[in-house]
Amino acid sequence: MKREITFAQAINEAMAEEMRRDPSVFLMGEDVGVFGGVFGVSEGLLAEFGEERVRDTPISEAAIVGAGLGAALVGMRPIVEIMFADFVTVAMDQVVNQVAKARYMSGGKARVPLTIRIANGAPGAAAAQHSQSPEAWFMNVPGLKIAIPSTPADAKGLLKTAIRGDDPVLFFEHKMLYSRAGSAPEGEYLIPFGRAAVRREGEDATIIAIGGPVNAALSAAEQLARQSVSVEVIDPRTLVPLDLDALIASVRKTGRAVIVHEAHRRAGPGAEIAALLAEKAIDYLEAPILRVAAANVPIPYNPDLERFVLPTAEDIVEAVMKLIRYEI
Amino acid sequence: MTSLKHHPLDQLLAFYRLMVTIREFELRAAGERKAGLVPGFLHACVGQEATAVGACAALNAEDVITSTHRGHGHLIAKGGDPRFMMAELAGKTSGYCGGKGGSLHLADFDLGVLGANGIVAGGIPMAVGAGLAFQMRREPRVALAFFGDGAVNEGAFHEAANLAGLWKLPVIFFCENNLYGEGTPQHKQAPIRDLSLRAAGYGFPGVIVDGNDVVAVYEITLDAVERARKGDGPTFIEAKTYRQRGHYEGDPMIYRTEEEMAYWRARDPILGFRKRLEEEMEVEPAALDAVDAEVKALLDEAVQFAIHSPAPRPEAALEGVYADDHGGRVF
Ligand SMILES: Cc1ncc(C[n+]2csc(CCOP(=O)(O)OP(=O)(O)O)c2C)c(N)n1
Ligand SMILES: [Mg+2]
Repeated sequence: MKREITFAQAINEAMAEEMRRDPSVFLMGEDVGVFGGVFGVSEGLLAEFGEERVRDTPISEAAIVGAGLGAALVGMRPIVEIMFADFVTVAMDQVVNQVAKARYMSGGKARVPLTIRIANGAPGAAAAQHSQSPEAWFMNVPGLKIAIPSTPADAKGLLKTAIRGDDPVLFFEHKMLYSRAGSAPEGEYLIPFGRAAVRREGEDATIIAIGGPVNAALSAAEQLARQSVSVEVIDPRTLVPLDLDALIASVRKTGRAVIVHEAHRRAGPGAEIAALLAEKAIDYLEAPILRVAAANVPIPYNPDLERFVLPTAEDIVEAVMKLIRYEI
Repeated sequence: MTSLKHHPLDQLLAFYRLMVTIREFELRAAGERKAGLVPGFLHACVGQEATAVGACAALNAEDVITSTHRGHGHLIAKGGDPRFMMAELAGKTSGYCGGKGGSLHLADFDLGVLGANGIVAGGIPMAVGAGLAFQMRREPRVALAFFGDGAVNEGAFHEAANLAGLWKLPVIFFCENNLYGEGTPQHKQAPIRDLSLRAAGYGFPGVIVDGNDVVAVYEITLDAVERARKGDGPTFIEAKTYRQRGHYEGDPMIYRTEEEMAYWRARDPILGFRKRLEEEMEVEPAALDAVDAEVKALLDEAVQFAIHSPAPRPEAALEGVYADDHGGRVF
């Protein structure tokens, strides 16, 4: 049985189901309780689970993440929320030096079942400190897993997997996805990490799209289909681990790859993926690997400037056509 | 309550005009956001005008401030031009930041406004650094950091306060305690009600003032400024006040009661001050009405200025990241 739910509802259901199932799961963050989360994601959880397990915190990101780690080390399964990805910087020591390294430094003894939910992406005219997509910063930190779903169904299944796992997960939720509806299975299901989803099959080029921009990639594919260009759209769903086999299989079929994300282009997730494809799949490629990403400037406030900086469906179409026309 | 009689009437009228300007700016900005001229977040300081005006009146032009997400009042009180502010909110080239910053990042370095901030407590260490520079260069200047009751729970506040206390820097920690951080009441964010108590831990005085009494705020900030200029170090001022509008424009405000809001509206800093000007200083209501009308005209002009200013070219988005882009080698 399938039904339609929004991305926000999917996350809400995942948290509620896991909290019902396991008393060691709890949620804390700024305004997650009475307010229901600034994006409404935790609405109703306080009423069902009470103040002990749905905790409004002071504005103290380092303490929120660090306390999540401490609780995890002694057997809880905390979910902590960072309201805007931009604010995770305030907790950077905890994420990078403490959370990520606890297991390894202890010779594999520590268990860190901690889920850090982070709202990323540009919601429109929010400017440089409320619009960032910092996924790639953390790809460079061994010890962290990174999920970045693009559909309600994936958000739910991946979040449940994150909560049940014994490794720390940064779970990125693009703000523009929260109100988008999509079909999701009824009842209990999990989605494993490290399994990409083929969103659309095609023959001529592969678009590897990450998080929020998956939708722009799909609409680009639609436009390209009208020009008789058949595009495959792949959504990795998790960046660490990464389903490289699925990406290589697609590129092997199409011979062309465009990587799309809202993180900045320089050293963004696309840089790593492009390097991996160059290392493992260069023989299949008929053209260079292109990236469509946010320009290397802070996100500006003015909406026209913002659109100019962020990746659009038109940019993706242009990149694919460049590869189609490419001659060695 | 402080007496108005100790202050020149001109100065009191200037306080009134500035507070009305801030109020009018906020209401017009909120209206223009609904009307579509202003695209981004707005955090109005309606109800808190006395803190901005009283505190900045105690500063000299060479003194600097750092501000917050709720910073329109701070900038106006430090001499900001509502035209350039409204144009920035509209994302225009004539705005304070050329349309790149918006409300959250308003700054005017000529006026000593080192910036509003999108990060809670983000501006506090900066004020300490400015104070350090003034101390190192033996300049008789002070830095004042505005921040909210929510900000004192960030590490940045603690580290900055400790440093300023340790080095006796000419810094004023000005906390606008409006009883809420977003939808969470102050009493659910800290185990103490008087945040000025925190100052003791950093070795400098913490004082409390009625944040809705502009003259009281002015007087207490003057004392702190004098202390800082003498080299005696920082002061933490806690101004008790209340935000009358939502945390942001559009906030459903499910977290507080109509009674509570009515209680604070009855203690409105502008209406209260106006009444005292009329009663204690015998200012004619017509004279104050005239100020109101002038301010309205000023804000009409600001809105028109914003509407008629040109929008930036989209390519402008790529400019201004670095002072030196190494001939295009930064890409
Ligand atoms: C580091 C950081 N965490 C969270 C936020 C989101 N946020 C913006 S304003 C705010 C409340 C701030 O409360 P307070 O300091 O009391 O200032 P007020 O809004 O009441 O003026 C929060 C949580 C942020 N901008 N930065
Ligand atoms: Mg507050």
